[in-house]
Amino acid sequence: MIALEVVAKLLGCLLVFLTVPLLVGQMEHKAMAHMQSRLGPMYAGGFHGWAQLVADGVKFAQKESVVPARADRRVFELAPAVALLPYLFVLITIPVGPGQTARDLSVGVFFALAIVSVGVIGVLMAGWSSANKYSLLGGMRAGAQLMAYELPLVLAAASAAMAAGTLSLDGIVHAWRWWWLPYQGVAAVVFFVAALAELRRPPFDMPVADSEIVFGPFTEYTGLRFALFLLAEYAGIVVFAALTAVLFLGGWKGPFFEPQLGWLWLLLKTMALSFVVIWLRVTYPRLRADQLQKLAWIGLVPLALAQIALTGIVRVAA
Amino acid sequence: MSVPGEGLVKGLGVTLRSMTKRSVTQEYPHVRPDLPPRSRGVIALLEENCTVCMLCARECPDWCIYIDSHKETVPAREEGARPRTRNVLDRFAIDYSLCMYCGICIEVCPFDALFWSPEFEYAEHSLDFMTHERDRLSEWMPTVPAPPADVPNAEPAKELGGGAAPPGGGARVRRDEGEPA
Repeated sequence: MIALEVVAKLLGCLLVFLTVPLLVGQMEHKAMAHMQSRLGPMYAGGFHGWAQLVADGVKFAQKESVVPARADRRVFELAPAVALLPYLFVLITIPVGPGQTARDLSVGVFFALAIVSVGVIGVLMAGWSSANKYSLLGGMRAGAQLMAYELPLVLAAASAAMAAGTLSLDGIVHAWRWWWLPYQGVAAVVFFVAALAELRRPPFDMPVADSEIVFGPFTEYTGLRFALFLLAEYAGIVVFAALTAVLFLGGWKGPFFEPQLGWLWLLLKTMALSFVVIWLRVTYPRLRADQLQKLAWIGLVPLALAQIALTGIVRVAA
Repeated sequence: MSVPGEGLVKGLGVTLRSMTKRSVTQEYPHVRPDLPPRSRGVIALLEENCTVCMLCARECPDWCIYIDSHKETVPAREEGARPRTRNVLDRFAIDYSLCMYCGICIEVCPFDALFWSPEFEYAEHSLDFMTHERDRLSEWMPTVPAPPADVPNAEPAKELGGGAAPPGGGARVRRDEGEPA
């Protein structure tokens, strides 16, 4: 039955959404630790602390739900959902094999980027409803950063869509060839850097860094709502890594058995890109607000436009 | 002329190399840590060397050494000499809740009755048990390590004939210098 198939696909997306971010989170703990010459979690679960994030989840779930007295209650309570759910919806459109998507949309790229932008509203809601002037400041800074980096993100994705001739994510993967790596390379880098900034990951974590502003818009959050914001960060890493893989690295394409193992190739590429996200976090110092904005407007936007010009020339000439 | 972005790539190389090297972390409760030589853990007392001169109690910045003593007379060995007096140690206690591990007591003791030991596992649930009396302080003595080997090519210790005079003379008072600058 069709309804059963739909439910099964949605459950599959939910399962991926709940487990892969935890894998990335554990990888972050261990990789970051070893890059800093220490060990990371070793105790939880016995073998090299594999159950650390599970223990964290249980800990957050059993905490008291605190809403500041002067906070805007409804908005405060809804903000984590608004920040988290967009990433779940994007997962639905990501192809894991030839023709294997939970729901392939003919406007896939457009949908994915638009829905991810809704997450910005969640951050602004969290900052403004917290009745804390530093949260508000953090929320505004995050909003400015996310607005600035939307443009290079969209332009780079547009270049990939132009090269493929379709907005559908599965179509883009089908059209991908190995020589797209140099051809769309600039767009890939611009998309990846803009995605890092969208996720507020270091070195773009100025709105949420604890030495800057405690935790920015999320300062007043505790317990499960806090855990959901953290899950949103890692789910975002997974989603943007998957999007980068799909748009610029050939998604489910691999050396062999693409129809059966397409999901494996996509998972490997996503994990490799998540590792790069963690690697960049450990290596680079934080960008200041003005340096960050400069990078977006004076660095990434012209690069993305140049890439679009190149793509346009190749499409018209070829 | 350096390539733009060269520093960024070098940074990535550093972190990747750190990741591939084994971490030096020692997981303490499961593994005894490798302490460096001359580690300061606890102070041990060699009772037979102590003459109760009270220098350590006096010099301790925290006043955490508690010493009680009394004088005893010992008959003279020779004819006609007066009876000798000796200090006898009654109580020697160090209050580790106050001790700041500066080591001044050990440095100042003229008779080498106090020693550093690297033992550090003596935490208690109550401050009362953090005062170690003379029997417990003597029990720490077997844990005192031998002095570490001399640094190669170093000057011998002053008591062994080392310690040359500093350049320009030692305690000569410089009266004709010191023009205010």
